[in-house]
Amino acid sequence: MKTTFPQKLARGAVYALLLIVFCGPFWGILATAFSKTTVQPGQLLIWPDQPTFDHFIYAWTEVKAWIYLFNSLLVVAIGTVLQTTVSALAAYALARKKFRGAAFISLAILSTMMLPDEVISIPLYLILHQKLPLLGVSIYNSYAALILPLVGWAFSVFLLTEFMKAVPRDLEDAARVDGANEIQIFLKVIVPLVKPALGTTTIFGFLMIWDQYLLPLIAVDDRSLYTIPVVLRSLRVDEIMQQNIFIAVTVIATVPCIVVYLLLQKQFNRGLMSGAVKG
Amino acid sequence: MSIEPKRWRWTIPWLFLAPALIFFTWFKFVPILKGLIMSFYQVKFIGADRWVGLANFERALTDSALGAAALNTLIYVFSTTIAGGLLAFAVALILEGQALHIRIIRTAIFFPAVTSVAVLAEVWRILFYPAQTGVVNSILGLFGADPQGFMSDPNQALFVVILLQVWKNIPYSMVIFIAGLAGINRELYDAADVDGASPLRKLWHVTIPGLVPAFSVVIMLSFIRGFRVFTEIYTTTGGGPAGSTEVIMTSIFKTGFERLDYGYAAAVSFMLFTFTVGLTVAHVAIKNRFSRT
Repeated sequence: MKTTFPQKLARGAVYALLLIVFCGPFWGILATAFSKTTVQPGQLLIWPDQPTFDHFIYAWTEVKAWIYLFNSLLVVAIGTVLQTTVSALAAYALARKKFRGAAFISLAILSTMMLPDEVISIPLYLILHQKLPLLGVSIYNSYAALILPLVGWAFSVFLLTEFMKAVPRDLEDAARVDGANEIQIFLKVIVPLVKPALGTTTIFGFLMIWDQYLLPLIAVDDRSLYTIPVVLRSLRVDEIMQQNIFIAVTVIATVPCIVVYLLLQKQFNRGLMSGAVKG
Repeated sequence: MSIEPKRWRWTIPWLFLAPALIFFTWFKFVPILKGLIMSFYQVKFIGADRWVGLANFERALTDSALGAAALNTLIYVFSTTIAGGLLAFAVALILEGQALHIRIIRTAIFFPAVTSVAVLAEVWRILFYPAQTGVVNSILGLFGADPQGFMSDPNQALFVVILLQVWKNIPYSMVIFIAGLAGINRELYDAADVDGASPLRKLWHVTIPGLVPAFSVVIMLSFIRGFRVFTEIYTTTGGGPAGSTEVIMTSIFKTGFERLDYGYAAAVSFMLFTFTVGLTVAHVAIKNRFSRT
């Protein structure tokens, strides 16, 4: 079937419309953040006008966007590593070991997948305030409060369990015959074979932690601990701030997600296909 | 080795599970239980909490402000599901395939889906700025329309925040539809061609029936996302103007963190939780029934 020229034109128009609707706004904030021309609230430029880095420099030094960016990056880095490590260890037990209680533990973890985090925000807030035994301090208002509640994530436990189940027994048995202990089997046999799945849980963990809003809102009080998504709303209240600068901060908050998404596309798509995405 | 290996073997899975169990218990299981218990109390700052039985739940059922928020939530859920589902289906039909330009467009339209909601909210506030300068208002101006109030107009605000959710979720739903399209037996299309079926008939008789599982997943995810929606509302309108975009979660947040009425907020949260679990169970039941026939 040959496509005629008008058909091609129509297709092109639809593609252009999709790109404008889904990417246009991102292009707009980028162009505006790099323009010297001051915009009115609600205005976006289609093309950078008198290109400049000024707004970013101002956002970085005066608004101190770097503090919030640093907080976000620190939380997302430690959080993703902890989340993936803890999930991989649990998945190893659930996928490769037969033990009494396995089904119950699976079910308990799975049940939290249906649990919207929002509905436990009130008790979670009180728990973050509780003083820890022995240490006598609470984790409220610390990096720990921003990170630790995100470590247990059913999605990554289950994705990794599924992948680890697929690893052939023979490989494990062969390593065992060679005298490998459990930790060696985990690190040298299983982990290398599920690396693609680890990539998938890493990117979804990254996006999930970066997107956290309610948790930082209830977990910390000091502005110096705010993550970049949370600080946006409080900057908005600063009416004196020039619109371009605010947009520059928004761009700073956007870039890490887009970069990670573009770098880990393959792993991202695999995760989507696994069908267990919690949106 | 002094430890007899066999005797301690049973501990191995538990040692691997231990970190996960600690985190899940601390930040999921305990909060769930605590929330459930709090629902039956009036939580006080000074002195002991007071047991109030089902009073919090009774109050929830007669609370007219919560009722209004629940109604907004329902409108939000159904509109985002229907509009988002249909648009995503259309986009999937357009962007199905492996050609390079199609793959690039698919990658590009994912930007709203991977960006944090807080950023999207700011983008939305710029696009729908309620004055002549706003992006959407200036586009409408080209067609001679007056500037609209959008999120500052109680009659339009809910519609605008619904659009945000639709915009953000189309890419995810599209991917589910594309996976579904790839799973449809090609021979069915060939058979339809032999019968001389029009493209529209093929869509109706082959494509859509083949996508029932995809539709069911998309609807389900959209329902769960919709009922628990918080950040999308809190960062755009905060529930206003005049409560026109107040949903269940923003109302819980205000009850709990602004009015410090923890017990009541916990009770409403628990009702929402039970409801979403019920939805999930119903979904699984319906799905099983479909796959059996």
